Parts: sequence; C-alpha cells; structure tokens
Amino acid sequence: MDQIQKTLLEEVAGLHEVPSGAYNIRANGESAGRNTTANIDIVTKEDKPGIDIIIKPGTKKESVHIPVVLSQSGLKEMVYNDFFIGEDCDVTIVAGCGIHNSGDQESRHDGIHSFFIGKRSRVKYVEKHYGSGDGRGERIMNPQTIVHMDEDSYMEMETVQIRGVDSTKRSTTADLKDRAKLVITERLMTHGSQYAESDFRVDLNGADSSANLISRAVAKEDSKQLFVAKINGNNRCAGHSECDAIIMDHAQIRAIPEIAANDLDAALIHEAAIGKIAGEQIIKLMTLGLTEAEAEEQIINGFLK
Amino acid sequence: MLELQNLSFQVEGQDSNTKEIIKNINLTLEDHTFTAITGPNGGGKSTLAKLIMGIEKPTSGKIIFDGTDITNMDVSERARLGISFAFQQPVRFKGIKVKDLITLASRDKLSTAGACEFLSKVGLCARDYINREVDASLSGGELKRIEIATIIARNTPLSVFDEPEAGIDLWSFSNLIKVFEEMHDKKENSLIIISHQERILNIADEIVVIADGAVKARGKKSDILPELLDTNGGCRFYQ
Repeated sequence: MDQIQKTLLEEVAGLHEVPSGAYNIRANGESAGRNTTANIDIVTKEDKPGIDIIIKPGTKKESVHIPVVLSQSGLKEMVYNDFFIGEDCDVTIVAGCGIHNSGDQESRHDGIHSFFIGKRSRVKYVEKHYGSGDGRGERIMNPQTIVHMDEDSYMEMETVQIRGVDSTKRSTTADLKDRAKLVITERLMTHGSQYAESDFRVDLNGADSSANLISRAVAKEDSKQLFVAKINGNNRCAGHSECDAIIMDHAQIRAIPEIAANDLDAALIHEAAIGKIAGEQIIKLMTLGLTEAEAEEQIINGFLK
Repeated sequence: MLELQNLSFQVEGQDSNTKEIIKNINLTLEDHTFTAITGPNGGGKSTLAKLIMGIEKPTSGKIIFDGTDITNMDVSERARLGISFAFQQPVRFKGIKVKDLITLASRDKLSTAGACEFLSKVGLCARDYINREVDASLSGGELKRIEIATIIARNTPLSVFDEPEAGIDLWSFSNLIKVFEEMHDKKENSLIIISHQERILNIADEIVVIADGAVKARGKKSDILPELLDTNGGCRFYQ
C-alpha cells in the first residue's frame, strides 16, 4: 500500500500497522491483505463482489477489521459483506471506508453489510467514513446496513462521518427478536455543498426488545442533511430515537422521526431538535479567553465527541 | 484597577422609546479589593457586570482596566487581559466535560488531580464530577458550583460574580463564603460580587448600592449595611 492508502486506513480504522486478529483490507477494488483466526473465517464471495465473515459460536474478545480504501479517481464499486455471528459471541467489528480523490472523476463505494447475530451474542460495530483529496471528482459513499438480531442478542453500532465525503445515502434496517437490544450512535458533520441522508428503520418484533437511536449532526456552509428514523413497535418493547443537530451558515437539515406502536405495550419516544449554537455558549467560552471561532470549534468538537 | 467613566447603557423599548438601564455611572475600584454590588431587582446590577465583561457594549462612557481603555474590546480580549465572569445562570454544553471546562479556564494542561483541587474547593467530590458532561444531567446547584470552580481556576486579576448564591443550598453557601474569603485574603486579585446576601455583603471591603441604573450609595459595610437591613422604616435605597 502507498502512503495515501495508509493515511486513509488510519483515518477509518485507526490502524497504523496490520491489525491483530482477523482482517480483510480492500484497496482500490482488490484485496490488499487478509488474516483469519481459529474462530473467525473470511471467505470471498463467488457470485458477487464481497466477503462472508463467519464467526464461530462462543467466540469471545476477538475483533475483525474490514476497512476499504479507494485512492484511484473514478473507481466505482458495489460490495456485499455478510457477517454470520454464531451464538454466545462477544466480538468487535470495525469497518470503514476512506476515499482519496485527486482527479476529476467521481469515486464511489457502495457497501451492503448484512449481520446475522446469533442468540445471546454481543457485537460492537464501528464504521467510519472519511474523504480527502482536492480533485473536482466527487467522493460518494452509500452504505447500507441490514441487521437481523436473534433472541437476547445485543448490538452497539457506532457510525462516524466527519470529513470529506461529498454525498452519502446511508440506510440502516434492523429487526429484533425477543429481548434483543440495539443501540445506534451516529455522528455526522457536513460542510461545503455536501449532502448526507441517513435513514433508519427498526422493527421491534420480539417481546422486550429495545432500540435506541442517537444521532448528533452538524451541518456547515451550504451542506444539506436529511435524517429519517422509523421505529415500529410490534410487541411489548421500548424504542427511542433522538436527532440532535447544529446548523450553521446556510446549511439545511430536515429531521423526520416516526414511531409506530402496533402493540398496546410498545413504549416509543422520539426527540428531534435542530438549532444554531446557543449564543450564550459561545460567550461563556469567550469569557474563558477563547476567540469566537475557537469557541465554536470547541462546542462542535464536544457535541460530536 | 477598574474605572467606569460616565457609563450609560440604553435599550430600545416599546414604540421605539429608549430605556436607560445604566445612567451615567462613575465608579473607581482599587486594586485587591472586594466590592459587593447590591440593590433592588431590575436596578441594573447584572447589566453593569455584563458591561464590565464586554457581554454588553455601553451606549456611552468608558471602561478602564489597569490603565487600559477596554471599552471597545470584545469578551475574549478582556478575558485574556485578566477579567473573569461567573454567570448567574451558567450555560450547559452537550459533550463538554467538567474537566474540559476547567482545563480551558486554567489555560494549562491540567492533570486530573489539578482539576480535582478546584472542584473540591466548591464542595464537589471531584471523582464523581470530573468526567461528567456539563449538560442537563447536572442540577442547577451543581452547575453553579462548577461555574465558580472555573473562575477559581482562571485566577485572574479581576473576577466578577453575578449572584453566586442563587441556586446554592445552605451547606454549600457556607463553603462559598470561605471561597470568597480565601480569594480575598490572598490580596492578589480583586473581586466584584453582585449579591443580595447579608453574609456576602458582610465580608466585602465596600458595598455599592445600585438602584434605578445609578449608584445610590457607596461605602464601608458599617455605613451601608445598617441602612440596608433596617426593615422598620423601610430602606431608603429600595424605594
């Protein structure tokens, strides 16, 4: 891998070196390295681009890294990754995509990640998106995440997109069986003329299943964002969605939270708030000696932390 | 230390009539003094404090701080010059931790132990608070004590407190008095405290009574306090 690819890799997966545990690194549409372990297998799909990640039942304290980096301008790819997580596992999965586009052509990575989480398993899933390069070609990512959660499983999903991606349409759908619990934290910042769309749909089908979706977003300059969250309570369950957004300059944000209770014992809450940075927050930090610009930066960093 | 010269502040009222909040105030405060500002609600005390910090700009007049005309300086410039301000209603932040705020205030890389020292002074068990966010999960009283801790951490030549006692429980109030006494005993810095509390007025070197936008009285506590506390005949400053 060259230096640009290494930098991308560090941004999206926090990797300086080859990670320990299982990994599959995809660079410019090709495999740039793979490691499997006794418990985690990675198999190339034969019918379409992508991989199957198969985690044996009972696998604990192991991690899988599957970062993707694109540094060749004009490359477009659609990748299917399926995660089969056995019962009673406790694993961390780190995905992420970095695009460096210094050319004039559009570079695009569309990934479809499907999770099949076995009974009583715990999964932490981290996904980071990052774009760099000063070419006029756009950097586009359209990730789709589909989660099927079996009884008593737990998934914590953390997605971050802070810089450099021109256009994103993110779609996340999940269905949960009895006592399954899903926690999603999304952090998003757009600037320039970027566009980001985030669409969640969660079906709480099992008794005592629960979901918590938390989105923190900042839109600067002329960027636009759309946040849609739909939680269907189809059983005795608890669902909560929260979209908290800071708007700056000429940016626009739309938030459409929807909750549907299809069972008498479904307890569902949605919250959405969009507003500019409170003037008194800036003044408070200025009384500590920060300039107005430093105060704004501090507030946004904290908000997206 | 601080000189207010012919300071006035007006706001646009209804029917575009202007309302005078501060009326031609002249006041000089000496180095290393503790001045308590008191007076009836709506009399202009908080506005005066905001004018000193630069949160509001005067309509006319001058503010001189340590010989420098700061009238046209913004809030950050005044903060860097050595003025601190404790808000009557402290601001909440999502995502900023107590430690972050105290570190920003002290302008140094603070160790956790260093930040804890400031929190202990305001009666907060540091271990429980240092990593908490300064958000809606904190009560009004907790927030207020953290606000005061940021001012202690700043340790600037002039600290202005806008009703520090508001929202503080009785136990913390005694500690608060100790904090102000300690700050004053060092004789390094000056304090301006806006307060209605007799115990705070009692430890000040000087009391300034502001009512209806003007200085109604000024003097040592032995002269001003009896008048303020005379409930029989009614206080002449509160009419």
